[in-house]
Amino acid sequence: MASTAIGHVAVRRGTARRDPAPAELLLTVLALVALSVLIVLPLTAVFIQAFEKGWQVYLDAVRDPYTRDAIRLSLLAAGISVPLNLVFGVAAAWAVSKFDFSGKSALVTLIDLPFGVSPVVSGLIYVLVFGAQGWFGPWLLDHDIHIIFAVPGIVLATTFVTFPFIARELIPLMQSQGTEEEEAALVLGANGWQMFSRITLPNIKWGLLYGLVLCTARALGEFGAVSVVSGHIRGETNTLPLHVEILYNEYNYTGAFAAASLLSLTAVFALGLKKLLEWKISRDTEGAAE
Amino acid sequence: MKFRKYNGVLPGFWPAFSYTILYLTLIVLVPLSAVSLKAVTGSWAHFSDTLASPLVLAAFRVSLGTSLVAGLLSVAAGLLVAWVLVRYEFPAKRIADALVDLPFALPTAVAGIALTSLYTENGWIGRLFVPFGIKIAFTQIGIVIALTFIGLPFVVRSVQPVLADLDAELEEAAASLGASRWQTFLRVILPILRPALLTGFALAFARALGEYGSVIFISGNLPMRTQIVPLLIVAKLEQYDYAGAAAIASVMLVISFALLLGISILERRSRRFAEKEAV
Amino acid sequence: MSIEVEHVSKKFGAYTALDDVSLRIETGELVALLGPSGGGKTTLLRIIAGLESPDAGIVKLRDEDATRSPVRERRVGFVFQHYALFRHMTVHENIAFGLKVRPKATRPLDWEIRGRVNQLLKLIQLDWVGDRYPSQLSGGQRQRVALARALAVEPKVLLLDEPFGALDAKVRRELRAWLRRLHDELHIASVFVTHDQDEALEVSDRVAILNHGKIEQIGTPQQVCQNPANSFVREFLSEGPRSVDIAPAARTTPLS
Repeated sequence: MASTAIGHVAVRRGTARRDPAPAELLLTVLALVALSVLIVLPLTAVFIQAFEKGWQVYLDAVRDPYTRDAIRLSLLAAGISVPLNLVFGVAAAWAVSKFDFSGKSALVTLIDLPFGVSPVVSGLIYVLVFGAQGWFGPWLLDHDIHIIFAVPGIVLATTFVTFPFIARELIPLMQSQGTEEEEAALVLGANGWQMFSRITLPNIKWGLLYGLVLCTARALGEFGAVSVVSGHIRGETNTLPLHVEILYNEYNYTGAFAAASLLSLTAVFALGLKKLLEWKISRDTEGAAE
Repeated sequence: MKFRKYNGVLPGFWPAFSYTILYLTLIVLVPLSAVSLKAVTGSWAHFSDTLASPLVLAAFRVSLGTSLVAGLLSVAAGLLVAWVLVRYEFPAKRIADALVDLPFALPTAVAGIALTSLYTENGWIGRLFVPFGIKIAFTQIGIVIALTFIGLPFVVRSVQPVLADLDAELEEAAASLGASRWQTFLRVILPILRPALLTGFALAFARALGEYGSVIFISGNLPMRTQIVPLLIVAKLEQYDYAGAAAIASVMLVISFALLLGISILERRSRRFAEKEAV
Repeated sequence: MSIEVEHVSKKFGAYTALDDVSLRIETGELVALLGPSGGGKTTLLRIIAGLESPDAGIVKLRDEDATRSPVRERRVGFVFQHYALFRHMTVHENIAFGLKVRPKATRPLDWEIRGRVNQLLKLIQLDWVGDRYPSQLSGGQRQRVALARALAVEPKVLLLDEPFGALDAKVRRELRAWLRRLHDELHIASVFVTHDQDEALEVSDRVAILNHGKIEQIGTPQQVCQNPANSFVREFLSEGPRSVDIAPAARTTPLS
């Protein structure tokens, strides 16, 4: 659909669809200014402030042991929550896209839930279940298990906030690919696992990677939800975004922006990967339409 | 009335479905019910006192007001950016298009401190407004700017596909009937874009309402003036007033559900509209 | 192998796709399921394959009740309307797929598989496309690859769902004749679904005309044309050109 329309715009741009040249110029400039002020400027501000006091100070800030601990914790949280959400995403997409059942739209809305809920509320719900005053609070205390204000809580909150990403990518992709190739594989004698690994997985690989990139980027950068469950204990329960906040509140601007620059680099890298994968996916869904 | 309607041969439905339901129950439904239960089973007096307190009401006013304004600004700027990206050619267009997604990808804390550093009185942009006596950081204006930063991509990405698929012949027909470009835009194109604009606004608004990281630095968190609801929830938690926090959170959840529902209805309607347009 | 369908019915929600349909197809026969869209033809084909299960009735393959047998075990070859070729595999890998997924005990050796695939490529007259991907082939070529893939596992029965539906008229006519020649050479019981009566009458040994889930008439092309059983059959067959060769059994041209 989109490709034909873009073909229309590119090829058949007759006089009826052209805006007067001054208007076109003005609008373009306005749009670019808006983008620069709103988006480009903050990004460059991060890097400029990080390097304001020179390369050496930057390196010291990045190599600071607390910063390193924060990086490690962020990677750990992402390292656990992303694979969990990967399995969930594939299972949910398989059930939703290849089968019909009552309550399907309710299920899909439920999957979309974290997108509509404030990150603070996302963290709060786990505090209410596992916190000292929560449902399991006393039991956990008795058994000396720490979830809130400790690493498990951070992993839980990260998992909650990021679990829709992979499912949401795979569901429309698998729906557009239909069931015929899988049925053909079954008719040819493949068993369930062969059908899935040889036919389904290769067909969704770019969508899967795309969801993985989004999921990981969000897991590394999550702030609000993790902040609520974290306890902000330097070196122990601080992820990198939380560390940025602490440094900033201490007026250690160079340190804060240095840590922020690391996160920004990851974000820009993720954006680049995202664009590449988007292009690959549009080819896969066009193939299905033939 | 069968639960499973499609009577086909693909394997693995029940394992996939049960795992999905199990995961959702453990990670989503159980904790969510904790909020509603806590809010409901605590004392009713505490619940209503919390919600009626001037601090909470002011926070809701601030959050709703700034999110609304930011949503409208996102719509205006988003429409402009989407139009330029779809209709015009210019150097570095692809980079501009990729940049639109940056607020999605950037961690909110990073956005928060970056925006704050720009709009304080000696920030690059803040200092331009000092001679006029206008403060941006630590005021509601600052909050609106931060919320527009995160809301813009929602509008652009909602509008872009609809704009790209717009039938060329509609504009050509309008031109042949004597309409100017501006009239064509106002009377022909804009109505077609309206569902997408509405969806984009709803998404931006929903996100803005709950936004935390991007806003807490630039807001300054002045009670009654620039304190947003998410921050108030955190404040209550720090005071160990779990029931109060849950009360506020449950109101937020109700609003979230209503918005999510509204958005999915809007999206369904805009899809149906787009299919009719294809005729 | 013979196919027998006895009193099969199938509903999708409130919509009745098949209503008490019975049909027998002998070994080596080429039968067309003809009828307007929505008449139930594809549903019947999928039930024979095991891709749908009937609400009532029995499917017999080789005179044995196969109704409960899963699709994997039925040894049917199925050619989908939109080919369903595996888009990320080459033509060669597509055709080899059915052989590669066999359990170790019955799987042929690699060189045997390669040989079989090349043999089939020659049969469908596309020896040179083995390394190409489906997206690089024309519609007619993809159709032939889909057929070769189905034949690779030596099915006892060949089922084709609107095999030429997505192709333009000229390619259709060529492939139609080609399919008939192929069938004469292989002698597998074949059932194909079409809504194009020229195709059905020209290619098949017998035609079954379906409408609204019921069989209106079964017979040789000559029989249904000269003695239509009711007004529906008469009107359905009278649409379209009449310059059709309706004695396919007389054809003996070898596949060239």
